[in-house]
Amino acid sequence: MTNDVMVRVEGLRKSYGAVEAVRGVSLDVRRGQAVVIIGPSGCGKSTFLRCINLLEEPSAGTLQVGERSIDFGKRHTMPRGRDLARFRARIGMVFQQFDLFPHMTALRNVMSGPVIVKKMPTAQAEAIARDLLAKVGLGAFTERYPRELSGGQQQRVAIARAMAMEPQLMLFDEVTSALDPELVGEVLDVMKQLAAEGTTMIVVTHEMNFARDVADHVVVMDGGQVVEHGAAEEVLLQPKNPRTQAFLSRFHGSIAART
Amino acid sequence: MPYKWDFSLVVNYAHFWVKGLAVTLAYSAGTVLGGLIIGVICGMLLLYRRRWVTLPIHFYVELFRCTPLLVQIVWFYFALPIVLQVELPAWFAAGIGLTLYMGAFSTEIFRGGIISIDKGQWQASRALGMTGGEMMRHIILPQAIKRMVPPFVNQSIIQLKNTSLLYVVAIPDLMYTGSIIVSDTFRPLEVYTSVAIAYFVVLYPLTLWAARLEARVDQ
Repeated sequence: MTNDVMVRVEGLRKSYGAVEAVRGVSLDVRRGQAVVIIGPSGCGKSTFLRCINLLEEPSAGTLQVGERSIDFGKRHTMPRGRDLARFRARIGMVFQQFDLFPHMTALRNVMSGPVIVKKMPTAQAEAIARDLLAKVGLGAFTERYPRELSGGQQQRVAIARAMAMEPQLMLFDEVTSALDPELVGEVLDVMKQLAAEGTTMIVVTHEMNFARDVADHVVVMDGGQVVEHGAAEEVLLQPKNPRTQAFLSRFHGSIAART
Repeated sequence: MPYKWDFSLVVNYAHFWVKGLAVTLAYSAGTVLGGLIIGVICGMLLLYRRRWVTLPIHFYVELFRCTPLLVQIVWFYFALPIVLQVELPAWFAAGIGLTLYMGAFSTEIFRGGIISIDKGQWQASRALGMTGGEMMRHIILPQAIKRMVPPFVNQSIIQLKNTSLLYVVAIPDLMYTGSIIVSDTFRPLEVYTSVAIAYFVVLYPLTLWAARLEARVDQ
């Protein structure tokens, strides 16, 4: 079964000076699994996510993504330079603020990874990018610049941009938090579709209904630690940990039982 | 008796004027280009957050920003050859101060342009798997250069005016040419008015162009 594990994190820690944002988190994600991380603001869930593609360098613990494993206790296994870039290239990430490249059209944004990182011929990258933009419902917007798109459209371009690298794993960092409420649905729909197709993903979100519908596994973090985890239904509807209960009570009534 | 303006004398020195203007433009172009190269190199180096790299550059930038350009020109012209114990051609020694002065400001413009790019652009590039060089070339610089152009053009305009300080080390630029003609004609009012007009005629179109560039970047 071990070769079925896409991500294995053990005892991961991240501190900024005296402040420890992530305090020993362990997590296994199997191939094709959608794991949702929830928890109050400042609980360390975004920092934890950014540690997985090494946008933040963890202070301690081990991390395995696909074949590559890194022990942060031994500094020499931390990839640097080109090696680090290659490690990240296999992991897609989508951010709260979309962070599209403003000087490129939607099409060019999606092509950027394959062309710049993989040195793929333009025509081939363009075909991939057109397919992906069509898939996220933006087939008619390929020549638009980010400033000419709504937040929801920009975020869908950002998802397509990450998918164009054919990542082994997708990370979503509160991708709907900056969106107007009426635009949240279109982005979640794309993510649901990716999950249904068997994309391995770790999603940090406040969208409890999305968690309920899509997550194979829900992880609740608080104070830099995992306080509870398990099947979505179990954790969201019958939380055992008092901190989970307190956190979820704020969403009381908005999480309906899965029918 | 009111002063009688007579510009006919000034016109008689036409070929002097042309030469002076050529020297002014040559020094402007040369020192702006030299300063740009220094600025790009030092600005890039500043991004490497190693103190042994950034500290000397900061020292250089502040040294040139916090001393008068006139002092720099005079120092490089008279003192540098003695300090280095080498013969420097006068035209070259005179230009070093101007070049380094432009370089100090260009460094700041370059660095400012780079760090003005949103953090999200850097993290999105890294997350896609770009190396530092790929990110700079394809994502950061194309956006940053657009923002650097207007301040750089403005600094170049200031630089063109600053070349008039070469006058003190007898470089035959527009200003020095003017002073020569004055000693010949005893017509300082007409001559220095003409000098001012010459600078204005060159610079006014440049400022208009700079304003248009700025408006375009703001869009």
